[in-house]
Amino acid sequence: MIPVTHYIFLSLALLTIGVIGVLTRRNVIVILMSIELILNAVNINLVAFSRMFGQVHGQVFAIFIITDAAAEAAVGLGIIIALFRNRETVLADEMDILKW
Amino acid sequence: MGTAPIALQYGFFYFFAGLAILCAILMVCGRNVVHSAIFLIGSLLATAGIYLQLTAEFLFIVQVILYVGGIMVLFVFVIMLVNLDVASRQRQFNKQVWLAVLLTIVLGGELGLMTHVDGSIFNSVNAPQALPANTNEVATALFQTYMLPFEIASIMLLVAMVGAVLMAKRRGA
Repeated sequence: MIPVTHYIFLSLALLTIGVIGVLTRRNVIVILMSIELILNAVNINLVAFSRMFGQVHGQVFAIFIITDAAAEAAVGLGIIIALFRNRETVLADEMDILKW
Repeated sequence: MGTAPIALQYGFFYFFAGLAILCAILMVCGRNVVHSAIFLIGSLLATAGIYLQLTAEFLFIVQVILYVGGIMVLFVFVIMLVNLDVASRQRQFNKQVWLAVLLTIVLGGELGLMTHVDGSIFNSVNAPQALPANTNEVATALFQTYMLPFEIASIMLLVAMVGAVLMAKRRGA
């Protein structure tokens, strides 16, 4: 098997790109997609360690995380639709109604 | 894949890893949201390839069907529903972009350094050559050891579904 460090570095790269996307983009939909990228990076780690230990518990947790991502995407996109209906924008820094 | 020669395994891994990272970078940097969604699909499919290389066949199928076939279709639906023409002509990055990139690189460097220095502890376990009948094992774990979390996840999905419908519904309709 390929050393598990390789998978950790791949996961780290995807996590870093995802965090950059969340922190810097203005479009809410791209921010939500970056969050999906971060969850995916976590899954790579879980599956790699599951392979390393020869057990499937890590894969089961990865399935739970995918379920979580589906729920999060559904609710998040619902919020985006409601926001767009009320504010006519999808840019995160224009949604400042709670700002003093 | 467990019995494949090690050079082939490395080849698969680097191909899919490079594809995943390239697609991720293009996704974050792109101006058009539809292109971002397509690149995210590419990245997720490359990750599915990584799962296959790790002999997690069931998760490979779940990734393709659920992520690519389900979640990303939902994203593309919403992109079509929301008018993005105005947003795509404006600035794509916010004001703190360089600070954010710097801090993220510091974070990534920290984690990478930690893994690099202490990486030997991760490789101390002897991995078996191949796991037997992956889908069987996953099903046994999912429906015996993790029965309660499984049911809780189903309730969570139900709540999320109702919440999404309520959120996207027109007020008063």
